Amino acid sequence: MSLRNLIHFSTKRCRFASTLSVREALNMAMDEELARDKSVLLMGIEVGRYDGCYKVTKDLWKKHGDQQVIDTPITENGFAGVAIGAAFNGMRPICEFMTMNFSMQAIDQIINSAAKTYYMSAGRLNVPIVFRGPNGGTPGVSAQHSQDYSAWYAHCPGLKVLMPYDAEDAKGLLKAAVRDDNPVIFLESEVMYPKEFEVSDEVMSPDFVLPIGKAKIQKSGTDLTIVSYGKAMHTVMEAAKVLKENHNIDVEVVNLRSLRPLDFDTVAKSIRKTGHVISVEESWPVCGIGSEIAARCMEDEKVFGAMKKPMMRVTGCDVPMPYSMPLEAKALPVVDDVTDMVKKVLGKN
Amino acid sequence: MNRLIQISRRNFGLARKCLAVEGDAFRLDEYSGKYLGHRKVNFTEKLEIIDANKTAAIPIYRVTNAVGDVIDQSQDPKFDKDQALKMYKTMTKLNILDKILYDSQRQGRISFYMTSFGEEANHVGSASALEPQDLIYGQYREAGVLLWRGFSLSQFMNQCYGNSEDISKGRQMPIHFGSNELNFVTISSPLTTQLPQAVGSAYAFKRQPNNNRIAVVYFGDGAASEGDAHAAFNFAATLTCPIIFFCRNNGYAISTPTSEQYGGDGIAGKGPAYGLHTIRVDGNDLLAVYNATKEARKLALQNKPVLIEVMTYRLGHHSTSDDSTAYRSAEEVESWGDKDHPITRFKKYISENGWWNEEDEKTWQNEVKKDVLREFGAAEKRKLAHYHELFDDVYDVLPERLRRQRDELDKHIEEYKEHYPVDRILEKKL
Repeated sequence: MSLRNLIHFSTKRCRFASTLSVREALNMAMDEELARDKSVLLMGIEVGRYDGCYKVTKDLWKKHGDQQVIDTPITENGFAGVAIGAAFNGMRPICEFMTMNFSMQAIDQIINSAAKTYYMSAGRLNVPIVFRGPNGGTPGVSAQHSQDYSAWYAHCPGLKVLMPYDAEDAKGLLKAAVRDDNPVIFLESEVMYPKEFEVSDEVMSPDFVLPIGKAKIQKSGTDLTIVSYGKAMHTVMEAAKVLKENHNIDVEVVNLRSLRPLDFDTVAKSIRKTGHVISVEESWPVCGIGSEIAARCMEDEKVFGAMKKPMMRVTGCDVPMPYSMPLEAKALPVVDDVTDMVKKVLGKN
Repeated sequence: MNRLIQISRRNFGLARKCLAVEGDAFRLDEYSGKYLGHRKVNFTEKLEIIDANKTAAIPIYRVTNAVGDVIDQSQDPKFDKDQALKMYKTMTKLNILDKILYDSQRQGRISFYMTSFGEEANHVGSASALEPQDLIYGQYREAGVLLWRGFSLSQFMNQCYGNSEDISKGRQMPIHFGSNELNFVTISSPLTTQLPQAVGSAYAFKRQPNNNRIAVVYFGDGAASEGDAHAAFNFAATLTCPIIFFCRNNGYAISTPTSEQYGGDGIAGKGPAYGLHTIRVDGNDLLAVYNATKEARKLALQNKPVLIEVMTYRLGHHSTSDDSTAYRSAEEVESWGDKDHPITRFKKYISENGWWNEEDEKTWQNEVKKDVLREFGAAEKRKLAHYHELFDDVYDVLPERLRRQRDELDKHIEEYKEHYPVDRILEKKL
């Protein structure tokens, strides 16, 4: 390595030590895992030479080569199936969908084969695989590129479903997903890719891995619990600031991180402390993650007993995503929706 | 001045001609190298649309004729006695097993079954040409392949009953066999999902140098219509994987005849278009299937994926959920059975070699029937798995939530045990 490269490398590392974008965090996670374990494969459309449609896989092909980074023909069901077969035989594929919207083309492979084979084979054939890609609302790309699949995949036993919010989540959860012996759905957000976050030195370490199935108290508070995940967390954190500064309401924010398994214990503990709960998600309301949280609140006597008011949900609008900008803006929850709902539940509006 | 212009015009004309030739050569080179997999291509000024109905059909490779005579001696694989008898015995055992299990479903003793009547030769012919380490992905009608590899009668029966000794713990419906030891991937019901998966396995083998291992994936003429088939052929060709695609073209996909299933020259006709080495084989000719599979395996090991289409006929119903008389005549089925049966054809081969006679046949049939019925009875009487198995293997580690559900079920069954067949299940694992 030339001196110039060394200098370049070290300045980059210095910058990372303070802030890291979600895109860089995902890239770093894959880079480290590809280097750590040669059985890790990255495959998908344009993930190699082109660096990925959203540049999440930048330079990975250059570093790890054709053996580990594979550009595939355009066929979601095809490369999902190929990845599953490779996983049956000792590989650990990371399968990128250009967007999770296109994972619908491969849903049979994901549910019927990846999620069920371990059970159907009585624990004799496991499928260590990660299906990842941008998910949910993205400006200007309308109905078929803006759907949130969190509830779809979280419905299915056999899968684990992770949805990161910030750079720390992105890195720690993706590394955990690659190391997990079960099939994992990893839902990213195109809008969050460039967002930068402060991270600790620990996050920068190649050994940094987060546990699957554990939620994080992103902000502690006393008045009301907001349960959220993924990109909606961004709106929630803004809302929490507004609520504190303008209304003197101190909310506690639970970042679910993992939707299956769902860490309801952390949610329950928070509700028992605050006595109030709302959920915020960008997904559709019917049979959503918020619905699941509400159901579990009802089923847990201690939690139900601690709730001073019924739980409410803030969700995406129950329509396919429209293209027109003003309509699109109305289809997803914004800061005001969250602050209004919090005030409503607390009887402060 | 005038002269100068004339000269430059002439030069310009020449230059244009040169450029045209150079440009054409450049483009042909580009098309050939980058677009068409290095196939030599030319321009033509003749406007001609290829008439798909007039392209010649790929011939059907065979070794024996319908009565079992070897036509070209050079093609006789010259099996020794033991090998030939193991082949014959596997085909006939499969046949008897099918008859008994089919009837048992009719009596309501198991929920579902699929027979392989008429396809015995393509199972055994292909299985015997492979190596034990080769990984098999079946569609579902490949019991003969497993039988050849040594899956025992008892294992077949235990699976169909889903009892405590079933290696898939009663999680799969009957005939959805699987065996890690025999390199046979557990069957997946949705059609054709096994094809891209097999390519993925083959790719994994390719990554391990000199492992002398290929993937072989079986599928039917109907499954070839699924998008997954297209994806798999395309992937195998682009990733250059050690794989054999083995299509059993038996004339029907449940009730849909092949005439309604696809246009063009069958399944083999698709092979060269995808960049697959391809052969069409007489599927009722064990010798031909054996030779073709053996040769295909050699190619696959050089990372040249191969498509084999075997031409055969499904003599049985699709499954126990089907009555094929609704869509085909009894005469049609009878004609196939009488005029070309794979077992009869191979029987002639072993009889003429002096390895088998009618006395052997009688003894063997009785012996197998006895074995099948004995194992059948034993499987029926075996205890069922403990209900805790319900919760295992959803994940590698039992999640807390499932553990709680299991505990609740324990309490429930303890309280209401008179309503459950507790005496038929195994004791709880410690």
